[in-house]
Amino acid sequence: MKIPFSYIARNLWTRRLTTLLTAGGMALVVFVFSAVLMLDAGLKKTLVGTGSFDNVILLRQGVQTEIQSSVSREQAALVETNPAVARNSKGEAQVSKEIVVLIGAPKKGDTKPQNVVVRGLTELGAGLRPQVKLIEGRWFAPGASEIVVGKSVNSGFENMELGQTARFAGRDWRVVGVFDGGSSGFDSEAWGDVEQIGQAFRRFGYSSVIARLVDRNHFDRLKSDIEADIRLKLDVKVEPLFYEEQSKALSTFLSILGLALSFIFSIGAIIGAAITMYAAVANRTGEIGTLRALGFRRSSILVAFLGESILLALVGGVVGLAVASVLQLFTVSTLNFTSFSQLSFGFHLTPMIVLQTLVFAAVMGIVGGFLPSVRAARMEIVDSLRAG
Amino acid sequence: MIFQLIIKNIFRARLRSLLTVIGLVVAVVAFGLLRTVVDAWYAGSEASAPNRLITRNAISLTFTMPTYYKDRIRAVDGVTQISTSNWFGGIYQEPKNFFPQFAVTLPTHFQLYPEYIMPPEQMDAMMKDRTGCLIGRALADQYNLKIGDTIPLQGTIYPGNWEFTVRGIYDGRDEGTVTRQFFFHWDYLNERVKISQPRFADRAGVFVVSIKDPQSAADMSQKIDAEFKNSTAETLTETEKAFQLGFVAQSEAIVAAIRVVSFVVILIILAVVANTMAMTARERTSEYATLKALGFGPTFVASLIVGESLTLTLLGGLLGIGLTFPVISGFKGTIGAIFPVFRVSQETLVYQFFAVLTVGLLAAIVPAIRSARIKIVDGLRHVA
Repeated sequence: MKIPFSYIARNLWTRRLTTLLTAGGMALVVFVFSAVLMLDAGLKKTLVGTGSFDNVILLRQGVQTEIQSSVSREQAALVETNPAVARNSKGEAQVSKEIVVLIGAPKKGDTKPQNVVVRGLTELGAGLRPQVKLIEGRWFAPGASEIVVGKSVNSGFENMELGQTARFAGRDWRVVGVFDGGSSGFDSEAWGDVEQIGQAFRRFGYSSVIARLVDRNHFDRLKSDIEADIRLKLDVKVEPLFYEEQSKALSTFLSILGLALSFIFSIGAIIGAAITMYAAVANRTGEIGTLRALGFRRSSILVAFLGESILLALVGGVVGLAVASVLQLFTVSTLNFTSFSQLSFGFHLTPMIVLQTLVFAAVMGIVGGFLPSVRAARMEIVDSLRAG
Repeated sequence: MIFQLIIKNIFRARLRSLLTVIGLVVAVVAFGLLRTVVDAWYAGSEASAPNRLITRNAISLTFTMPTYYKDRIRAVDGVTQISTSNWFGGIYQEPKNFFPQFAVTLPTHFQLYPEYIMPPEQMDAMMKDRTGCLIGRALADQYNLKIGDTIPLQGTIYPGNWEFTVRGIYDGRDEGTVTRQFFFHWDYLNERVKISQPRFADRAGVFVVSIKDPQSAADMSQKIDAEFKNSTAETLTETEKAFQLGFVAQSEAIVAAIRVVSFVVILIILAVVANTMAMTARERTSEYATLKALGFGPTFVASLIVGESLTLTLLGGLLGIGLTFPVISGFKGTIGAIFPVFRVSQETLVYQFFAVLTVGLLAAIVPAIRSARIKIVDGLRHVA
């Protein structure tokens, strides 16, 4: 026969202070655990959202980032003529030849320069990123020293508000618009006219070439064409794959650090649960004897105490998760090791993370409560009744 | 007598005391580890000298400067030495084997960094070999490299396959010196770039400048930058420390998060110890009432609890502090690749000690007050 759930729950309620402290410890561990998972999910969401499966990116052979890459004008022109590349109604190749550079710009309320990506492109290039939408002002005019900035750059850096002027590469650039990158990596960039950026930074060639494919199946065709042409010493990648590689180092760092921390911290919380449960068993020796005398089996006692420990852990888990979910209101801006530039991303709570976190909490409860529950289950009726 | 009572009390609930102490040890070690990780972030800025300035392109580090700037800077009054330094960013076997590689002016660069200690004959050998390289002790140990070994690197910024022969291994003057680095001749880099990508030849990444008077660093920085005002490549000169701190600032959010989390572990252990003390005090309510009935004052009862809490936490804390050293050196072996310098600072030890003391005191406050206030009659009646 099973011991009723209300017995388990009431035991926790009776020892409120102890329950509060133990569950509080667990909540803190769960908070750290879920915060890290959310941060990693946010980073992945941001970078996955940056790329589209219909687009490919071409970079110089062997480089990992757009900053390091250089593509000559001749090479870029050759890419445009490839039949795998989509064309619009006017017959223009859907290819964006871009210059990507890093500038040092101070964050709001700070003087230390942080690396920000400046991307030179044309209206056509902006069209290849349908997730990017202008929310304030207008797009930069071709041939003018004007820039439009991503949401995160707009709110996070000095002199990046609409109408303000940012100075870099020996020129003043007027901020004429703000765009929303749809929580993608573009939120952390500033965009300007490719020819103007090229002149100011004295870049004759391009950094990267983005091409829209006729359809996804044409990728292999394009890839083999490019590999066969000895004039094109370029690597070609589908955009999402490229952006995934960009986030790999940071993502690995965050998850290893976070999981190692959660593991170490959970030892503390498990010990807290064990102490609480040992005390619960010791204080209720008489009760255990009575339950056994009433006919409850050893297994029921084991389940009841283990259940109490799991319930305790889940209370902590839910509280920790609730606090962590508030983090979704915040964004983090940090250096992406691979691209060497600031990337801002949010905490992103997914159903999978909720599940993982609750399982993690339950496991802490099981590990912490197991030995005390076994002790409770193994008590002899006579001894325990006498001890009580 | 109070100490005997405290010790006896600790040994009464042996399992609970043992678990609490283990929890404390884990928490203190984790706290120490996190503080050390944060310190490791600042290793570069800690290792910088006040008389060294770094001049770079004002746009950002990814932009270079013409090499003739070197002579112009050298001519500024107060500059003693100058070395060109280009970030090479090559891949050794696979991308995860990351270590910093610089093409520098030799032997000047090593004169600028007197903390790199190397036998003079090794520098002589290096000067005779254009494709030679110098590596730090930590790097040599990690990949088991000896003098005469060949290091192949796959270029990323400077394409192609590069091979270098180890001509010297330098040691750090003290533990704070970064010895996980790789240096080779800037001239060799430039010579190859001239052939493969002539447009990128004769360009310097940064200049490391040493000045006569460290006090004049701000002045000197302005003087150097004024030289190149309104040129095609304006410069930004700052002290080496500021330059290094700029790197840390880039990943400020992560450093701040680790810092916050290091205090979370203290809060977790505070909850555990407070729980232990609350349970202890509750179980012994009738005993405290008996003590009071015998004539002991509330202060005695309270100090019994505070004493027990402090003894427990100090025991766990000191064990944890002791264990921090082997744990850190164990970690150094596995993640040394990320952090060039990884060691426990004195500050960390002090922090650990005070954290433990605070936990011991805070955990005892509520139970101590409660027990001190208890009425004898209620206490005697109390059932745990």
